[in-house]
Amino acid sequence: MNYFADAVAWLFDPTNYVGSNAIGNRVLEHLGFTLLTLVFASVIAIPLGFFIGHTGRGRGLAVGTAGAFRSIPTLGLLTLVALSVGIGLTAPYAALTVLAIPPILAGAYTGFEAIDRATIDAARAVGMSAGQIVRKVELPLSLPLLMGGLRSATLQIVATATLAAYVADIGLGRFLFTGLKNLDYAQMLGGSILVILLALLLEGIFTVLQKLVVPRGVAAGRPTDIWAGFTKLAR
Amino acid sequence: MTWIWSNLDFIWDRTLDHVVLSVPPIILSFLLAVPLGWLAYRFRVSRGIILSGVGLLYAVPSLPLFIVLPFIVGTTVRSPLNLIIALTLYGVALMVRVVADGLASVDRNVRQSATAVGFSEWTQFWRVEFPLAGPVLLAGLRVVAVSTVSLATVGAVIGAQSLGSLFTDGFQRGIQAEIIAGIIATVGLALALDGALVLLGRLLMPWTRSAPSTAARAPMRSDKEAVA
Amino acid sequence: MEFAIMKGKRMFTAKKGRLALISVVAVGAAVALAGCASGDPLGSGSGAVSAADTLVVGSQDYYSNEIIAEIYSQALEANGFTVDRTFRIGQREVYLPELEAGGVDVFPEYTGSLLQALEPNAVGGTSDAIYTELQAALPATLRVLDKAAASDQNSWTVTQAFAEKYNLTDIASLKNVTEPLMVGGTSVLETRPYGPAALKAKYGIETAGFTPIEDGGGPLTVKALVDNAIQLTNIYTASPNIKSDKLVALSDPDNLFFADNVVPLVSEKVTDKAASVLNKISAALSTEDLVSLNSESVNDQKSAEAIAAAWLEKANLF
Repeated sequence: MNYFADAVAWLFDPTNYVGSNAIGNRVLEHLGFTLLTLVFASVIAIPLGFFIGHTGRGRGLAVGTAGAFRSIPTLGLLTLVALSVGIGLTAPYAALTVLAIPPILAGAYTGFEAIDRATIDAARAVGMSAGQIVRKVELPLSLPLLMGGLRSATLQIVATATLAAYVADIGLGRFLFTGLKNLDYAQMLGGSILVILLALLLEGIFTVLQKLVVPRGVAAGRPTDIWAGFTKLAR
Repeated sequence: MTWIWSNLDFIWDRTLDHVVLSVPPIILSFLLAVPLGWLAYRFRVSRGIILSGVGLLYAVPSLPLFIVLPFIVGTTVRSPLNLIIALTLYGVALMVRVVADGLASVDRNVRQSATAVGFSEWTQFWRVEFPLAGPVLLAGLRVVAVSTVSLATVGAVIGAQSLGSLFTDGFQRGIQAEIIAGIIATVGLALALDGALVLLGRLLMPWTRSAPSTAARAPMRSDKEAVA
Repeated sequence: MEFAIMKGKRMFTAKKGRLALISVVAVGAAVALAGCASGDPLGSGSGAVSAADTLVVGSQDYYSNEIIAEIYSQALEANGFTVDRTFRIGQREVYLPELEAGGVDVFPEYTGSLLQALEPNAVGGTSDAIYTELQAALPATLRVLDKAAASDQNSWTVTQAFAEKYNLTDIASLKNVTEPLMVGGTSVLETRPYGPAALKAKYGIETAGFTPIEDGGGPLTVKALVDNAIQLTNIYTASPNIKSDKLVALSDPDNLFFADNVVPLVSEKVTDKAASVLNKISAALSTEDLVSLNSESVNDQKSAEAIAAAWLEKANLF
C-alpha cells in the first residue's frame, strides 16, 4: 500500500502546486471542462426531454437513440473527432457531450412523465392555460428527476473527462497519462484521488440542490436518486 | 472503407476478445449486487454504508483503476482478469442501487400477505420480493450491460486487446474507417447483449409480456407516489 | 428511513415453475462463470511461462513494431517453430517485466530506447557502442540477437516551412526561432532525457509549453504540426509522414537521441536455430525497408500479416 502513501505525499508536495501544471490549475480546468460539457449537453437534452415528456411524442425513438448513445465508447468518438478537427478541446467537448446526453434526457422526460395525470387535470380544472400548466405544474414537479439526471451526467463527465488529456493539455487526466506513461504511480494515483474528490464534491452539491428543488408542499418525497433515470431509460 | 472489408477477421477476433472481457463482469456484478442490494434495502445501517460505498466506487475513473488494481489483486496490468474485476466493480456500483430500489418498490401489502401465509424471510425474498423486483432488476442489468461493453474499450489504452484496439490502432495509423468500425462493433455488441437480456427477461418473467409497461413502470410509479 | 411504497392495483402472481426456471438460469450462469474463471481466456497474459515447444512473440502497441513482430513470427513458423502471437502488449514498462518472467520469448526492440529504459544514466554514443552497452545492461535471463541496420529513432521534427523560415538544420539551431515554440507529443516526451528540459539545459532553447497528443507521433501529431498548433514534436525517423507531409527531422550531431536499431530481444528459450532465423532477418532489414513497411500500413492500410508476408517473399529469405 506504499503506493498510496506516495500518492498522498505527491498531493502534499508544494512543488506540485506551481507552474502551468500546478494541481490547482488542473483541478480548475477539470471543473471548468466538466461544467461547460454539462451546459452543452443540457442545451441539447433538456428541451428535447421536456418536449418528449410533455407531448409523449418521439419517446420510443428517444429511448432507443439514447440507449445507443450510451453505448458509444467515449475513447472511440474522441479519437475519431480528433482525427478530423485536430488537437485541442473540440474533440473532448464533443465526445463528452455525447456521453452526458442520455442521463440528462432521461431525467428530463421521466420528470414530466412521472407527474400524476390527475395533478395536471386538476390544474386544467382550476383554469390554467397550457402554458401555465407547463410553467407552474410540470416544470417544478419534474425538477427533482431532472436534477437526478444532471447529477448522474456530472459524475460520468468528471470521471471520463480524464480522457481529454489524450489530445489536449487540460485537466486532471494530464497527471494520469503522464503517470501512466512514465510509471510514476504516485502521480497517477494522486491524480485519481483528485478526480474522486472532485466527484464527491459535486455529488454533495447536487444532493443539496436536489433537496432544494423539491417544491414546497411536495417535500414529503425523498430526493429522487440518480439511478432512477438509468433504470427507466433502459426499458 | 476498404480497411473494413480486408480486416473482417481482425474485427471478429477483437469482438470475441471484447465478449470475453465484458460478459463475465455483467453476470458477476448481478450475482454480487443481489445480496449487497438486499443488505442495503433491509437494514438502515448497511444501507448508508453500502450505498455511499458504491457511489464512491462509481466516481473512480476507469483508467487508473485498471492500473492500480493489479497491485491490489496481484494480476498483471493487461491480464483480462484485471479488466474483468475492474468492470465488475463498476457493474456492482450501478446495480446495487437498482437492487435496493427494486426490492423497496415491492408493494407492502404483498409483503404482508406473504408474511401472513407463513413465508419465512428467505422464502419471501426468493418467491415474492425478488421476482416482483424482476423488471426493475432487468432494467438495471441492461444499463450495466451497455455501459460495461462501452467501458471495456478503455482497456486498449493499457494494452488489453478488445474492440478498443481498433481505436488505438486506427488513431496511430490515421485510419478513420477502423475507428468507425470499432464504434459500430461496440454499439452493435452492446445492443445485441441488451436484446439478449430483454429476451431472457421475457422468458423468466412471462407476466410482464402481457402488460410490458406496467411492470417496468413500477419504479416510476413509486416516484410518482413520492412526489405527488 | 421510510421507503416509497408502490400501491399499484395490479399484483403479480409468481409461479413456482418460473422460479425454478430463474434458479436454473442463475445456477447455470454461476457454473458458466466458474468455467470461465478457470478457462484459458483468463489464464493467458497473466505472466505464466509459455509452453515448452512454443515461442511466444510479442509486440509493442505500435503498428510498426507489430509488423516486425509479424515478420519474426512468419519466419519462425516457416522454419518449423510454433508461434504464439501476443501483440500490442503496450509499452516497455508493461511488457519488460513479463519478458523477464519468461511470459514472452521474442520481442522486436530498439537498442537505444531499450538501453535507456534499463539504464537511465546510460552514456550513449555510436550505434555500436549502444549495442555493446545494451548487452551489458540486460538481465541474465534475456539477451539481444544481432541488430539490424534498420533504425527507427526519436527525433526533433519541424515542418519544412518552419525549418526554412528560421534556417533550421540541427537541434541547436532551434535557438534561431523567435516565436513561441510549442512542443507536442506523448506525455513521456515531456520527461524523457531528450525532452524539453534537455533542450533548455543543453542548448538554452526555451519552449512555450507542452501539449499531450497520445498517438505516438501519428497522424494527429503530424496534423497539429502542419496546422501550426505545435511547432516542434518527436516523430520516429522511419515514419512515412516525414516524406509525405514535408517534415524535417533536425540532425543530431551531439547524439541527444540514442541510435535505435531494430533488434530482437529474446528469452533463454530461443535456441541457436531460432536465433539464426532472426539474425537473417536483421541482416536484411534496412531503414528504407522499414519506412516502406510503415507506409504500406499507414497509406495502403494493409494488415501487418500481409505486409510481413510480402516483405519476406521479396527478401527471399525462407
